[in-house]
Amino acid sequence: MFGHRSDLPLKDDASTRFLPWLVAPMVFLCAVALAGVFILSTLINRWDRDVSGTLTIEIAAAPGEAGESAEQTRIRVEQALRILGGTPGVADAHALTQEQLVGLLAPWLGNSELLKELPLPAMVDVTLQPDIPVDLDALGKQLSQAVPGASVDDHRIWLARLIGLSRSIEWLAIGVVVLIGGVTSATVFYATRSAMAVHHEVIEVLHLIGAADAYIARQFAERAFTLGFRGGVVGLGLTLPVLAAIGLGAHKLKGGFLADLSLPLSGWLAVLSLPAFAALLAMLTARATVHRTLARMP
Amino acid sequence: MRRETADTANVVQFHGVGVRYEHGPEILQDIDFSLPAGSFHFLTGASGAGKSSVLRLMYLAQRPNRGRIVLFGRDVGTLRRYQMPALRRRIGVVFQDFRLLDHLSTLDNVALPLRVAGASEQDVRKFVPDLLDWVGLTDQIHAKPPTLSGGQKQRVAIARAVIGRPELLVADEPTGNVDDQIAMRLMYLFEELNKLGTTVLIATHNENLVSRLRHPRLHLEQGHLRLG
Ligand SMILES: Nc1ncnc2c1ncn2[C@@H]1O[C@H](COP(=O)(O)OP(=O)(O)OP(=O)(O)O)[C@@H](O)[C@H]1O
Ligand SMILES: [Mg+2]
Repeated sequence: MFGHRSDLPLKDDASTRFLPWLVAPMVFLCAVALAGVFILSTLINRWDRDVSGTLTIEIAAAPGEAGESAEQTRIRVEQALRILGGTPGVADAHALTQEQLVGLLAPWLGNSELLKELPLPAMVDVTLQPDIPVDLDALGKQLSQAVPGASVDDHRIWLARLIGLSRSIEWLAIGVVVLIGGVTSATVFYATRSAMAVHHEVIEVLHLIGAADAYIARQFAERAFTLGFRGGVVGLGLTLPVLAAIGLGAHKLKGGFLADLSLPLSGWLAVLSLPAFAALLAMLTARATVHRTLARMP
Repeated sequence: MRRETADTANVVQFHGVGVRYEHGPEILQDIDFSLPAGSFHFLTGASGAGKSSVLRLMYLAQRPNRGRIVLFGRDVGTLRRYQMPALRRRIGVVFQDFRLLDHLSTLDNVALPLRVAGASEQDVRKFVPDLLDWVGLTDQIHAKPPTLSGGQKQRVAIARAVIGRPELLVADEPTGNVDDQIAMRLMYLFEELNKLGTTVLIATHNENLVSRLRHPRLHLEQGHLRLG
């Protein structure tokens, strides 16, 4: 890989030959965890955008015959809008039209004519001013007292919890990535140490005829790089079908709540760079190991 | 201190050097000697007298338990680790057990000191075959040590020790496995090198050799070293 010749017979070394087969599953696990991190953080960002600055008020349909009920509901909406208009921190409040409501329900119930006949609850979309905090609990109480059937949709609270959970999972996945890096590094450390023990005599000769530590370390490091890269490529080969399958699944869900379940470009780049990272990690670990071990020679 | 480190006329100086292994007795005691630049010495002594130990101290494979060793005007005890490789490259070593690398060809074994010192492949191709010709190993240039005879291995080891034109050459029983005729030829190689300025120290049992070549002898006996 480097075009350098090596004085050490590392090529057919039993103690390092297995390395790619250990690096491969590590890279696979790492890729899956990384993909998880990227997908989650995209989701969280979207949810974050959704919840900040907006609020939905639901007003249950008034009882009675269709026509009468609609009229009653309209009056209730007017009342709610008045209250909202007088609430500090509310930038804008408007009721969704019948078409918008039907549109919202369509994914679940289909675009049936029947929908139009149903006594649908009214929805009021509220935009909040970003810098003025609104006491949602107080507003909720005030609304439900003044307007029968009105309630503040608590999806904000629910989403905030979901975001919190997702963040924890995200950190967990990052922790898993770090852990995998640590385990890989430890594996390379022990493999390098046993390779050094095997080639102890050769190393001693090189040392005694004046080889600098870096000269000896370079040979181990280049070998580790090659093996790490090989393992990384195999691992990536295992990962790609899995990620493609997830992407395909996400594509099918498109338009729903989980629209961003596919891996963003930055995520693909991160996953594709894993073999290089694995190789680099193996190389740096091997080099440090050799330097550390040689430091004990006179 | 200052007097000795400034003394570059001596390539090697031992001052009250003592060596013991583990918790055993000192096998070398109060060793004092110096090798002037360009000198040629034999190191003699019975088996187990400590010849290899003296040489190991000189090529920095071992540290003395007491005393001071000065190489090329530098106190070895005060050297930093990173300074050692450069110093080692000024010393050519023929190990008693050859220590050839079995997986490398004769050519690559002999080229090792050049490569370790960062020489170009061009230099390797220029110098190594000539030297191999001189020690009579041209036919074995691509052979690996396991297929060589004892005497051939010895010559590879010697070629490796001298290829870098070291300022100091230490050889441990360099003629132990060859007949007298080849032994003399190898000795002439050392003498050639010596004429070019290399300081030479050869440990040997071979009394015949020592008496034929008129070089001063350092003799080890019961842990002490004396000249004569
Ligand atoms: N690594 C070691 N550990 C313990 N004892 C050692 C070690 N190396 C050498 N010795 C002891 O030190 C003494 C001197 O050994 P050394 O190898 O220097 O002798 P030598 O003069 O080179 O012998 P020979 O002519 O057989 O090569 C011997 O008694 C030997 O047993
Ligand atoms: Mg010996």
